[in-house]
Amino acid sequence: MSVRGPSLTERGPGLEERGPGPVPVTLSVNGAERELEIEPRVSLLDALREHLDLTGPKKGCDQGACGACTVWVDGRRVLACLTLALSCEGREVTTIEGLAGPDGELHPMQRAFIAQDAFQCGYCTPGQIMSAVALTAEGHTRDDDEIKEWMSGNLCRCAAYPHIRAAVRAVRDGT
Amino acid sequence: MTTAIGQPLERVDGRAKVTGSARYSTEIPATGMAHACLVGAQVAAGRVTAVDASDAWEEPGVLAVLTHENLPRIAAQPPLVPSLFGGPAPGETFFPMQDDTVHYGGQAVALVVADTHERAQHAAALLRVEYEESEPLTTIEQGRDQAYEPEAIFGGFLPGHSARGDIEAGLEKADTVVECTYTFAANNHNPLETSGTTAMWDGDELLLHDATQGVNATQLTVAALLGIPLSKIRVLGHYVGGSFGCKAMIWHHPALAALAAREVGRPVKLALTRAQMFTSCGHREEQEQHITLGATDDGRLTALRHHKLSPTSHFDDWAEPSLNSAAQMYACPNYEGAYRLFRANTMTPTFMRGPGDSTGLFALECAMDELAERTGLDPIELRLRNFADSDPVSGNPWSSNGLKECYERGAARFGWYERDPEPRSRREGNWLIGTGMAAAGYPAPPPGTPQRARARIYADGSVVVQAATPEFGTGVATVMAQVAADALGVPVERCRFEKGDTDFPGIAAAVGSAGAGMISAAVHTAATALRDQLVREAVADSGSPLHGADPADVAVRDGVMTVSSPGAPSEAYADLLQRNHRPDAEASGTWNPPGLDTPYGMLTFGAQFAEVAVDPELGMVRVRRMTGAFAPGRVLNTRTVRSQLTGGMLWGLGQALLEANHMEPRTGRWAAGSLGDYLIAVNADAPDVEVELVEVEDRVVNPLGVKGVGEIGQVGANAAIANAVHHATGRRIRKMPITIEDIIG
Amino acid sequence: MRLITYSRAADAAGAITTVSSDPTSDFLAGGTTEIDLLRQNVLTPRRLVDINALPLTGVEQAPDGGLRIGALARMSEVAASPLVRERFPVIAEALESGASPQLRNMASMGGNLMQRVRCPYYRDTASPCNRREPGTGCSAVEGFSRGHAVLGTSEHCIATHPSDVAVALAALDARVHTHGSRGEQTYSIDDFFLTPGHTPHREHPLEHGELITAIEVPSSPVARRSLYLKVRDRESYEFALVSAACALSLVDGTIADVRLALGGVATKPWRAHRAEGVLLGAEAGRESFTEAARVELADARPTANNAFKTGLAQRVIVRALETLTANGRTS
Repeated sequence: MSVRGPSLTERGPGLEERGPGPVPVTLSVNGAERELEIEPRVSLLDALREHLDLTGPKKGCDQGACGACTVWVDGRRVLACLTLALSCEGREVTTIEGLAGPDGELHPMQRAFIAQDAFQCGYCTPGQIMSAVALTAEGHTRDDDEIKEWMSGNLCRCAAYPHIRAAVRAVRDGT
Repeated sequence: MTTAIGQPLERVDGRAKVTGSARYSTEIPATGMAHACLVGAQVAAGRVTAVDASDAWEEPGVLAVLTHENLPRIAAQPPLVPSLFGGPAPGETFFPMQDDTVHYGGQAVALVVADTHERAQHAAALLRVEYEESEPLTTIEQGRDQAYEPEAIFGGFLPGHSARGDIEAGLEKADTVVECTYTFAANNHNPLETSGTTAMWDGDELLLHDATQGVNATQLTVAALLGIPLSKIRVLGHYVGGSFGCKAMIWHHPALAALAAREVGRPVKLALTRAQMFTSCGHREEQEQHITLGATDDGRLTALRHHKLSPTSHFDDWAEPSLNSAAQMYACPNYEGAYRLFRANTMTPTFMRGPGDSTGLFALECAMDELAERTGLDPIELRLRNFADSDPVSGNPWSSNGLKECYERGAARFGWYERDPEPRSRREGNWLIGTGMAAAGYPAPPPGTPQRARARIYADGSVVVQAATPEFGTGVATVMAQVAADALGVPVERCRFEKGDTDFPGIAAAVGSAGAGMISAAVHTAATALRDQLVREAVADSGSPLHGADPADVAVRDGVMTVSSPGAPSEAYADLLQRNHRPDAEASGTWNPPGLDTPYGMLTFGAQFAEVAVDPELGMVRVRRMTGAFAPGRVLNTRTVRSQLTGGMLWGLGQALLEANHMEPRTGRWAAGSLGDYLIAVNADAPDVEVELVEVEDRVVNPLGVKGVGEIGQVGANAAIANAVHHATGRRIRKMPITIEDIIG
Repeated sequence: MRLITYSRAADAAGAITTVSSDPTSDFLAGGTTEIDLLRQNVLTPRRLVDINALPLTGVEQAPDGGLRIGALARMSEVAASPLVRERFPVIAEALESGASPQLRNMASMGGNLMQRVRCPYYRDTASPCNRREPGTGCSAVEGFSRGHAVLGTSEHCIATHPSDVAVALAALDARVHTHGSRGEQTYSIDDFFLTPGHTPHREHPLEHGELITAIEVPSSPVARRSLYLKVRDRESYEFALVSAACALSLVDGTIADVRLALGGVATKPWRAHRAEGVLLGAEAGRESFTEAARVELADARPTANNAFKTGLAQRVIVRALETLTANGRTS
């Protein structure tokens, strides 16, 4: 491929500089090592969706303003659209596809979302669930006000919000 | 009789949606997929004078740069007809890149295709487009003087002016006149999935995966634009990530994706960016509504005048139909309604949830609240005094009503009568607390064309029902299995609804709350036809225990046909098929909807209640709880229906307090172009919502009497909130949204 | 997004040398601003140096009883720190009122201070913007400016500084430690943020390649009684229209110590020195609060769209002070 500007290929002192063309990358996603060849500018979200065919993480805005792309990196919920895929090398990425058990048994939060009808179109749902599970682990489920605030990074245009809270409560209470 | 209908069944696609396996229209893998990126005009008026693509072509992997200079011309521009009427349904009667004219900001001026998403995006950014700019006109402030009264709006289906009685005489008779102007910011739909299409050619056959409310609408529109036979184009739309009206009409991107795919000879994915969602698929227009109510001292309406002013595009006379339900809600003998439009540098506005009525009834219901205050009547009592026993527009009886029950049960559930009607009478710390209510109405319009479905039963007794409609969050796959189960007399677990494919029987776009009614009608018709066919076969079959029975005496339950005669001879559908070595049986059903001239008023009713807390010093409004009571005819699934109504009510909250876009007068471009700038409600804004369902029997609208719930939840919710703000603070704020500066101003 | 190269820095010196020597390079920390603006073509580096592996994390008590926050500590980590929550509640509250939980897990404290303005014109490369392209003009002055600043503005830029936590840090006299080609530097937080003046493109005094290493908050007993009050349209996940970080101590009804800073109304996190001057030694009460608020906003220069902010900011100041003196909280 063509590269514009000789400075791009120079290595910074002491740093291994990669790109700007496609470079081999190994990502650990949902417990499996995945190899891909991508330009360094590729976001984690596009790497997952376009290169690894993991389309559970959704692109709602590509600007960090909707939460539909929420995944976990090293167990913490983050936005895949504002994360470079290369920066995730050596880290563990978990997407909605990695949440259910190996035999396909749904995570309790997934079951609760179905039981509480906590979605309609389903587009924000993977992000909501990744946030909801993280929220529970973070301990931010004491009451509805806390759940509301700590789930507010995930927009739902169908406005299933009361039902999303019900699902989080159900998992919290083991009901 | 099995009664799957009405059961709160869980969504059949729940597992796909919670595991991420549900594929949306730009998530379809294909070998050699190329990525397209639209380039929107950076000016709102003028023309493109030059396009320099040299830098764009420097980007690796670029496959095509299409502009007005090289994009193929469209075959024909179909007229704008709402997609409910079942024909081609372009969002506007303009197709971009046919010449160099720029009519509005963001109008597509180029399409760049590359082998990866990043390369397409960046090449698009590198494209240098030069413009000759002329002065844009976009706002009501700028266009007021150029307003005209259109002969018709809404694709020609609604008159620009309508009247009954004598408005002047009605005002003359009034003891009290309430006259108010309401202003509305423009709104953008912003479903979480942006619009997008994946296009693949195989020879001269085109396959589209499209995010649409109607795959047939996409098929018809793209076929017309491209001039290809309908038989050569198939559209799939299995999952759609929300629409709310922006995928109800067919905008340019499906045809552009198809043209791009033909150009590069590869499958092409065209997903609009979030910013492009503000400029590529319509919006709810900025508007101003003027209401004059005349009433006698005892609160009976003598006159209603309702005028609306709004901008439309250079091509189409479009206004959302804000004067529809508002003209029908009350028994007012003297009425005048008029739309006024002016041509602006905007794309054609379009349907957006609660189209027309969420603004029209905001105005009317806020004015009614003022009238209640003037006449000293409780707001519900005022509305009951003006209850319309028949459709005030046509004089026809209602197909069904239920409004009084909505008032009664909503008020009881909400605790309406515990309020002190005096404004500013309740304070909790820094917060003033108020309650408000409003009536809701939304048309239950029949679709314009026959609706079709197909039902097939296999020899093992399992059932597949098919219709072309996509799923965009309504739960259609779940409820149509319920409908089919009851019609056929089989357990619902044995029924599967297949959807989202133009190879299936045709269905108009599921818009305007008509989806559940028309699709259930088609499914019910097809499943009933299959049932009747199997029963007929059984009674004619000498090998069947039912042989010789009168088909009218046969009932089917759990897939078993049983004659209501001594001995109750019976046979399962599956046994009948297996005995005759038949793998399956199939029937089609066509439902012919009632015509527009059906002698009934067809409106869905509801009543909305809200409690707000207002911090008058800091200007903050928080909705603490909402109750809605609705009479949507037959309820197919109480779980999905409650969800949809809840969502609609919270949309009302967003419209009342958050959602606003404004055209910048200088540039003619939207001030907000992201989800950070255009605010939709987040979880923290959304209170718990109570939904009360008032089932009413309707024998007119469709076979199952389903009037739909997509819109009615939103209508009136905004007015209930505004009326609650008045009750809390004593101040009337006659605009949408109500924001901090309005409260403290 | 343009083509970029990526490298991961193993030590701060290497990162600083690399970025300092190449004006087309940027540090990459949490990425919540950098990647966003790269994608908008607002920032145009050719080279990103990922500093996330550098040992600049941690939230610790400083020897003087103050707070030392590593530049790469994440917003969520700082907000969760018991030390911060107990001794500097205003910092924890400001952090947790900002962005969303996901973004707070990503964004570093240093990056938070370096975040760019949220002016829509700055983010839109089709619009003139003096901050993005010096000399092209300010679209906001005559444009849609509801969210824009009323304090610290110039005719060249009226964009609001978006940070919440920087407002709390401004109130508490934080210091910003950096490391660059000139060696180590320390800036008072007030000096760290520049008002636009004639040079809106200069947001900080830092030279290119100068890396924030830590943020230090001096010991501040008054901060134990502090709060962050944020007013916005949406109840969460939105920048402030007006916010106030406030700490206060009373002796016999008289204000013995007070710290006040404003967010959402100014081109930088706005330390309310004038208001503090009125309040210090005054009797705590509506009268002194209102006067302090009036004095602080006396030089406000609103636009047609954001005139309400002047009054709102005064009300927010009064409410914050009243809440603290009542030792209660806003509901």
